[in-house]
Order: sequence, then structure tokens, then C-alpha cells
Amino acid sequence: MAEKIKNKTVFFNPFSKNNPVIVQILGICSALSVTAKLEPAIVMGLSVIAVLAFSNVIISLIRNTIPTSIRIIVQLVVVAGLVIIVSELLKAYAYDVSLQLSVFIGLIITNCILMGRLEAFAMANRPWPSFLDGVGNGVGYTIILVIVAFFRELLGCGTLLGFQVVPNCFYQAGYVNNGLMILPPMALIVVACIIWVHRSYNKDLQEN
Amino acid sequence: MKSLHKFLQRVKPHFQPGGKLSALGSVYEGFESFLFTPATTSARRGAVHVHDSHDSKRAMIIVVLALLPCFLFGMYNTGYQHWKAAGAVEFPFWELMGYGFLAVLLRVVLTYVVGLGIEFIAAQIKKEEIQEGFLVTGLLIPMICPIETPLWMLAVATAFAVIFAKEVFGGTGYNIFNVALVARAFLFFAYPAAMSGDKVFVASGTVCGLGAGADAVTCATPLGAVATGVPVSDLSAWDAFVGLIPGSFGETSVICILIGAAVLLLSGIGSWRIMLSAVVGTLVMGWIAHTFATDLYPGSMLSPVDHLLYGGLAFAIVFMATDPVTACHTPTGKLIYGFLIGVVAVLIRVYNNGYPEGAMLAVLLLNAFASLIDFCVVRGNIARRRARLTSKS
Repeated sequence: MAEKIKNKTVFFNPFSKNNPVIVQILGICSALSVTAKLEPAIVMGLSVIAVLAFSNVIISLIRNTIPTSIRIIVQLVVVAGLVIIVSELLKAYAYDVSLQLSVFIGLIITNCILMGRLEAFAMANRPWPSFLDGVGNGVGYTIILVIVAFFRELLGCGTLLGFQVVPNCFYQAGYVNNGLMILPPMALIVVACIIWVHRSYNKDLQEN
Repeated sequence: MKSLHKFLQRVKPHFQPGGKLSALGSVYEGFESFLFTPATTSARRGAVHVHDSHDSKRAMIIVVLALLPCFLFGMYNTGYQHWKAAGAVEFPFWELMGYGFLAVLLRVVLTYVVGLGIEFIAAQIKKEEIQEGFLVTGLLIPMICPIETPLWMLAVATAFAVIFAKEVFGGTGYNIFNVALVARAFLFFAYPAAMSGDKVFVASGTVCGLGAGADAVTCATPLGAVATGVPVSDLSAWDAFVGLIPGSFGETSVICILIGAAVLLLSGIGSWRIMLSAVVGTLVMGWIAHTFATDLYPGSMLSPVDHLLYGGLAFAIVFMATDPVTACHTPTGKLIYGFLIGVVAVLIRVYNNGYPEGAMLAVLLLNAFASLIDFCVVRGNIARRRARLTSKS
């Protein structure tokens, strides 16, 4: 029973209370670069979920056999292998999106969330909780990416997933898309706003 | 006046803690100190010996007064450009003024309503007094934007600037970047089509029946014209000095800017170090660019003095760079800060053909570096004095 509750917190904590992006402030780089449109943000999120979950499981399985002195290299090899698999899959089945994401799929290797979870969780836990932890953190990351991309695409392009959302009569009345939303600085400000709202609902997270 | 004061005194208890409207206490406080000088001053006995009513309210009012010549001339010039674009041969003074006044009135009211509204709400949430800082910003924002900027864009930019450049840093006096320039930068990057080009700087249409009937006028600013290949010799330096050129509302007339600069310097609010060194920086960099002038960069054909006459650089030097909150605070730092503003503004103007005007970006960039410059100056001073001390002993 105790095991079950623990698994639950492991899975759900990263959604809000311990969100990798807005609480631990990890993976900001990719959150800024792939969120100009909703579609690449979703694909990026799914890729990170997949890589994070499986690398967590693999490292957790071999955690007792990895010599401590070379553990970072071992972790990187596992992550790199998974990233290459994801990247090749995207090129095969979603070529256009993989072009949009360009180097950022490859750069999942350097995403701090991965190294953080491997070091902090998978090296010390059994495979099943590690899997849940990986999926949970991946979903937490994806939630933020999707929220940011939603606002950026809606206000910056007037579209969502490529479909026109802002009606044409708005444009005729003088509405203009906000070009600043497409630029990376605005992603930072949107992330900051999410943190602002999140902290004001979770008072225990506020720093003095 | 008396009755207004009596009324304020009568409703005061409602706004005190415990009163019916105590939640709106800071609104009351703001109105009272805006309308009447606070009756309470620091006590005569005790440590305070210097008594002066030079508070931030008075500083803001003086800056507003300094802006007034530019503002009045902006009204005239708005009308003048409109009549000129419509092909008029005579320019009736009062109609020009009236047209310009009506064209800008809504913009000023709008920025004040949006900006002050946000300030009032923020003050209520934080339970603080309302600061006077927006008095100047609200006037500056319409003055540094093209007259044809749509009103809703102005409102969005004002809200963005007040929230993200000012309130999140802690309100008046804590902002890192000049709030009015952040509003302009927001417009510049978010809605580039409405902020540059040759269709936005001359008012079109009629306002309340006034106007000469020019529609959607195409008329580039001098700097925009130079950037697109018009030879510099076609421009009139005298017109630019007087200010009868297309441009953002309040920044065209160098004469009026000089009057404003005189007011700021005589009252001691603007720093002469920043103004002087910024002018020197502009002239030096303008001279270098002009010496190595090439056809590749049409902006380099402008002479050093032209850089001060055209565009918003003079306005930025006098009213933006000297903003006491965002500028350097050490005397040496002010010299470096002003000089670099001049240099960077000319650099952007000349060597980036996409941005014919660099003053805004130069001031914002140096705002970011201001505290670093101060830090280095203070460190340098400490090191120098320590060296002197150790060499003596």
C-alpha cells in the first residue's frame, strides 16, 4: 500500500508541485526554441517523454552494475542511443516536423531534465517507479511546452496547429498578429507568467 | 478649491483602515497628494535640517513642463504634415493646432487611462501608495510613437510596458529599463508594419470634421528616406532643426527639444553630463562613419550634425537617456553611459539598414549596462584610493 502511494506521488508530482520547467527551471532552452508553433511543441514533448521514460528504465535496470566513476558517460550513451532512435523515427514518419525541430531533437541529449532525473531518481530506484518518474517529468515538461506554444501560436500567428482560429473579420477591423510572440524573448515572458500564476496558487513554493 | 478640499477631508474617514472603503485607501491617498500638497512634513526638531518640497511629484511636473514645447509643436506639425500631404498651399495656424490636438488627445487619454489604471490596481494589491512615475511616461508614449499607430496597439504596448517593465520590478524607481521606450520597443517588434515604413508618420483622414482630407499618405521620415536610397542633399537641415518634417509625434523639433533640455538643466533634474557626453558620442561616431562613407550603407552619408537633427536621437538624449532611474548614478559613469548611447545609436542607424533609427535600441541597451558601468566606476575608485593609501604608508 505504501508502495502504491509513493508511485502515485512519483508520477503526479512533476505535473505541478515539482514541475521540471517552472519549479526546477530545467530545460528552458528547448522550451524557448520549439514553442513558436503548437505542433513542434507537442512532438518535442512526446519525444522527451519517450526518451526520458526509457532511459530512466534502462539506467535503473543497470544501476547496480555501473561504476560510479564513469556513470555520466554510461548515462549519456543510453540517452544518445534513444535520441537517435527517436530522431530516425521522426525523419521516417513525420519528416516536416523533424525539419522544424531541426537540431533540438538531437539536443535532447543535453536537456538538463534528463541528466537530472537519471542522476536523482533512476540511479537510486527500481525500474517501475523510474518509468513512472520519467513519464511524469516528461508530461510535466510537455504541459508547459503546450501552454507556451498555445499562446505564442494564437497571438503570434492567429492559428492553432496550423488552422486559422482568429476570424477574418478581426483582421478587417484592424487586428494585427503580434510579431513579438514569434521571437524567443516572448517565450521567456510567457514562461515567467506561468510561473507567476503557478506560484500565486502554490504559496508554499514562494521564496522569501 | 476650498470645497474640494473640504469634500476630501469629509470622505477621508471612509478610506482610513477600518472604514467602509479602506480597500481603496491608496486611490484616495493618490488623489489627495496629487491635488493638494500633503499637509504633513517632517518635523522641524530632530535630525532633519534641510526642508525642501522637491519630491518626485515636483520632479515629474517639471519634466512634463519641459516636454510641453515639444508636445505643442508636435500638435502643430501633425496638422502641418497633414495639410502639406493634402497639397494645401496655405496653413491656417489654429486649424493645424486643432487638428493635431484632436489627433493626439485620444492617445494621451488612452495611455493615461491604461497605465494609471494598472498602477492603481497594482497599488491596491500591494497595499502601497500610488507613485507619480506614470505622469511622465504616459505623456512620453504618445510622443515617441507615430501618429497613425492604432489605438488598441498603443493600449496593449502601454499595458505591457507598465506590467513587465515596471510593476514586476517593484514599481516606480525600481525599473531597469525606461518604461516609455519599452512600450515603443514592444510596438516596434510586435507590429513592425505599424511602427516603421512610410505610411504611418502622417495623420490621414479627418478628426471631428477638421482636416484637409489627405488619405493614407505615403511620406517617409528623413532617416527612412535615406535608408531607402534618397540622397542626403535632398533633405533640409533647417526644416529638421525647426521640426517641420515627418516623424513620431513629439520628437521632430530640435528647437523645442533644446528648450526642454534648458528647463531640465536649469531645474537640475536632467544630468548635463549625460546630455553632453551623448552629443559628443554621436558626433564622434557620426564623424567616423561619415569619414568612411560608402554607398553600401546610405546612413553613412549623413554628416555628424545631421544625426542630431534627424530622427529621435536628440529627443532620446534629452528625455530618455537622462531618466534618473535607469541611467548611471556615478558622475564618471554618466559620462561613459551618455557617450556609448551616442555611439551605439549612430552604429545602429548607419550599419543596420533595416533599422533607420537606433536611438531607442541604444538607450535600452545602455539601460541594461548602466549598473555594470556604475559597478566598474565604483570599483575603479576603490582601487585607486587603496593604491594611494598603500603607496603613502
